[in-house]
Amino acid sequence: MYKGEAYITGACVIRNNRVDRDGVLLLETPQEQELTDFLRAGYDQFSGQYPKFHKMDPLSKLGWLAAEVLLKDAPLNNYPPESVGLILANKSASLDTDLRYFETVKDIASPALFVYTLANIVMGEISIRHGFKGENAFFTTDAFDPGFIAGYINQLFLENAVSACLCGWVEVMGPVYEVIMYKVELTSEKGLVFNADNLQKAGSI
Amino acid sequence: MEKLMAALKAQIVEQLNLQEVKPEDIGDDQPLFKDGLGLDSIDALEIIVLLQQHYGIRIANPEQGPEIFRSVRTIAEFITAHQTPK
Repeated sequence: MYKGEAYITGACVIRNNRVDRDGVLLLETPQEQELTDFLRAGYDQFSGQYPKFHKMDPLSKLGWLAAEVLLKDAPLNNYPPESVGLILANKSASLDTDLRYFETVKDIASPALFVYTLANIVMGEISIRHGFKGENAFFTTDAFDPGFIAGYINQLFLENAVSACLCGWVEVMGPVYEVIMYKVELTSEKGLVFNADNLQKAGSI
Repeated sequence: MEKLMAALKAQIVEQLNLQEVKPEDIGDDQPLFKDGLGLDSIDALEIIVLLQQHYGIRIANPEQGPEIFRSVRTIAEFITAHQTPK
């Protein structure tokens, strides 16, 4: 029975050409480097050996990379795949890719772009990579709202819908991007207690 | 045919964003899907777009796809057979 005791066992922040995990800088590239090249640098440093990464849109690359950073050294292997959830949010949904796709429609519509014209595809990419099969939801809000995320996930814990999850904010629109992703677990007692204040604290770099 | 296959390999790498594959790494008769180069159904659609954009060829019968897209050589043979002389 869930008694409000879940823990934030990891936090990854990607913004301003930096990748931080749990407050520790893991990668930084020159500020003038474009997002595409920054994401490639992140892939080379944290993953590799996953060619499908190069086909993803920037939103999926950002979310996938944050999940890679969070799970690389501490995967959620101890949980059944059906009990690992994904709860993400952002401001622009998939508009960044929608606009690119719209440009191709004027000539020949790109199938490779079309498949990313939904924001929740990023969760599919993360699930395929890590084998997650649990509850998932993608919300669109004006700004990152730790209170909303914490409330929603607490309800999932109360209903025994998940035992662990990745959650947070994955936003991109043109050159502007920001990821604040957390790993939250029921059965761990390491890390900060899972609540809105601590989400804010863990995501502040 | 050799020239066409070399061009096709470069176009496939570019169109399908195969950043970890060099055109010269693709064998003329190497299977493109599944255990071969590992392409998927979206890649097949991108190759259809490639044929239309670069060679002005439309595939009238989608059921021919698996046969045409078996390898770079089979695609080149299809282009040779169907391209309208300029």
